[in-house]
Amino acid sequence: MRNIVASIAAIVVLTAFFGFAYPAVMTGFAQVAFSNKANGSLIRHDGRLVGSRLAAQNFTWPRYFHERPSGTAPAYNAAATTFLNYGPTSSDLAKLVSDNAKAILKLEGPYNPGLTIHDIPVDAVVTSASGIDPDISPANAALQSRRVAAIRHLSLATVQKLIKENTDGRGLGFFGEPGVNVLELNLALDKLGGR
Amino acid sequence: MSAQGIGQILVYVVVLIALGYPLGIYMARVYNDDDFARRGRLRWLGAVERGFFRAVHVDGDREQDWKSYGKVTLVFSSLFALFLYGMLRLQGHLFLNPDHLPAVPAHIALNTTASFITNTNWQYYGGEYTMSYLSQMAGLAVQNFVSAAVGMAVLAAVVRGIARRSRSDIGNFWRDLYRSLVYILLPLAIVLGVILISQGVVQTFHSHATATTLQGAHQTIARGPAASQISIKQLGTNGGGYYNSNSAVPFENSNGISNFFELLAILLIPAGQVFMFGKMVGSRKHGWMVFAAMLSVFVIGVAVNLPAEQHGSQVLRNSGVNITQGHGQSGGNMADKEVRFGQAASTNWTVATSDASNGSVNSGFDAQTPAGGAVPLVNLFLGEVIFGGVGSGLYGMFFYIIIAVFIAGLMVGRTPEWLGKKIEAREIKLAALGALFVPTMVLTMTAVAIVTKSGVASIYNHGVHGFTETLYAYDSQSNNNGSAFAGYGATSFSASFGAVAMLLGRFVPLLAALALGGSLAKKKIVPASAGTFRTDGPTFVVLLVGVIALTAGLMILPALTLGPIVEGLMH
Repeated sequence: MRNIVASIAAIVVLTAFFGFAYPAVMTGFAQVAFSNKANGSLIRHDGRLVGSRLAAQNFTWPRYFHERPSGTAPAYNAAATTFLNYGPTSSDLAKLVSDNAKAILKLEGPYNPGLTIHDIPVDAVVTSASGIDPDISPANAALQSRRVAAIRHLSLATVQKLIKENTDGRGLGFFGEPGVNVLELNLALDKLGGR
Repeated sequence: MSAQGIGQILVYVVVLIALGYPLGIYMARVYNDDDFARRGRLRWLGAVERGFFRAVHVDGDREQDWKSYGKVTLVFSSLFALFLYGMLRLQGHLFLNPDHLPAVPAHIALNTTASFITNTNWQYYGGEYTMSYLSQMAGLAVQNFVSAAVGMAVLAAVVRGIARRSRSDIGNFWRDLYRSLVYILLPLAIVLGVILISQGVVQTFHSHATATTLQGAHQTIARGPAASQISIKQLGTNGGGYYNSNSAVPFENSNGISNFFELLAILLIPAGQVFMFGKMVGSRKHGWMVFAAMLSVFVIGVAVNLPAEQHGSQVLRNSGVNITQGHGQSGGNMADKEVRFGQAASTNWTVATSDASNGSVNSGFDAQTPAGGAVPLVNLFLGEVIFGGVGSGLYGMFFYIIIAVFIAGLMVGRTPEWLGKKIEAREIKLAALGALFVPTMVLTMTAVAIVTKSGVASIYNHGVHGFTETLYAYDSQSNNNGSAFAGYGATSFSASFGAVAMLLGRFVPLLAALALGGSLAKKKIVPASAGTFRTDGPTFVVLLVGVIALTAGLMILPALTLGPIVEGLMH
């Protein structure tokens, strides 16, 4: 009985503190000190909300860099993230890889004479873990750069420069891997005023 | 597998030791010093502590024997479970639900309650589309603190039992609980939370944002008070993510820096507790040896997983796409992995989270290569004692230490001793119960789930991989890890069966450990002699790792041959 009374009292006290006071104080701090980041690193362009720098979005138009494949339903669903969960030996995975590779060869081939499947970086054909990975590998960006430059009538050097500017390096120069932020890169391209 | 990637993991280990050691010494003081923060400039903290004891009507300074300690642990956990279950079922009618989510279905609520009470955080739900802000924040996140603190409190009591002589009391549950929460978990959670927020992890009460993409489509972006929850889910070896894809989601783990700190938090307290144990029992060297045993298993995990993942799966290699590392990519098996983490940081996480019973992930395990994916599977099966869950990992390790000491005793033909205590029949029985109960349960439950229709209904991938998914599901839940080969769906059968696995997997070893602590506390100290097996040297490390490999490893080997090994050979 003593234990029951004590437990109930503790549940109330602990829920009040760790369930409300703690997150409320943390949120207050976050909203004051890191307002943009705490609210989802949202990006506005010409006054409208175009997305978040931390969420991939669906790019299909040839004048844009394309994101990695997504396993969410629908693709790039930033409100229901998921892994694709295809086993390493499954025929589903084999089909996904081959379908994606074919599509890439068809899309990029005309701008990259002699392009073969061996030139496609792996991140371009398999899904990310979150389904909204905002980054592509620099190799993947390089593969897409000729197409984007040709369609936008930009020099390859200009596009390569933008890729470089929108590449996030390793954390503290050491942790993780570099990635090219696709939304920011595409926004930067649009801002250049290319077609 | 570049030098750079290996360097990341080496730096990780160095920082872990550099921070874990002082933390361990600090924790020893928190639990051992009756007057901690009750004198001097910090005495207002002591006043708050007394206020808490008054509020819950207990005398926090009156020590309990192991039975009273165990009883209050069970009563407290059960009542908190009822409370949480009620909240999940009623969330549709409660406040802080801006996206108007309905009640959590009964079987999912049951599984989730068991999951969070037991520090497992197995997730049969997608956070952002199942749980209201209230449920996440005042339900699940509270358990992230509390279930972790329960494990830490029990460990403190067991360690006291080992250190004490000729006594029956092993500490006061309420005081250990309070001190774990307020003096250890809370300050660390605040520091980590601030770091995460500064890197882009969301922390807001605003509801979903709706964007119009550059191509004119609508995109809904789920947000919420995530960072405050993520910091504790990493520190408390909880692992339950705010988002469905856990720490793979950029809003939960934004970049290489946030990833490093979340990763560090997985092992920080469990590693610190090993040093705390050494300090509290007066043999820091013994603490270091236990640490060495854990670290060597960690290193083996990295040495298997990283090359396997970097080498890539057969499907990827046969496809012809470029999986070679370098020239602007991390390469390897990138399926269900994130670009900003790449192979090394994904491997580091996979091994740490499965060693530590954390269960959070920054990549999808289901898509890992057979050899790579076998690492978390085996790690789980070792009973989560390689660092392990906060508290529960180390008290689980005690079972193996006792078995190791016992075997050493048999070899030299005298009564085994550990830290000056004679190890007798009662201790051996408790250690065997603690060490073997969970693996036995995993195998039994997997067998049932694989031969019944209701069990098979949960499998996503057919054939051998489906068996691995099933084995992993019960392995993960029974060991209170919570990570998933996500391809194991929620049915009312699998959800309820899983809930049983989690509850038994938590509380049977917990009570065995408390009983062990109580039993050792009563013993006298016998002086070490020439025949005493030394537990502070490298021989002990080898023996301990060998015992873990033999007891837990051999139990899983037959099951492994049916799963990942067949899979690896078939292709």
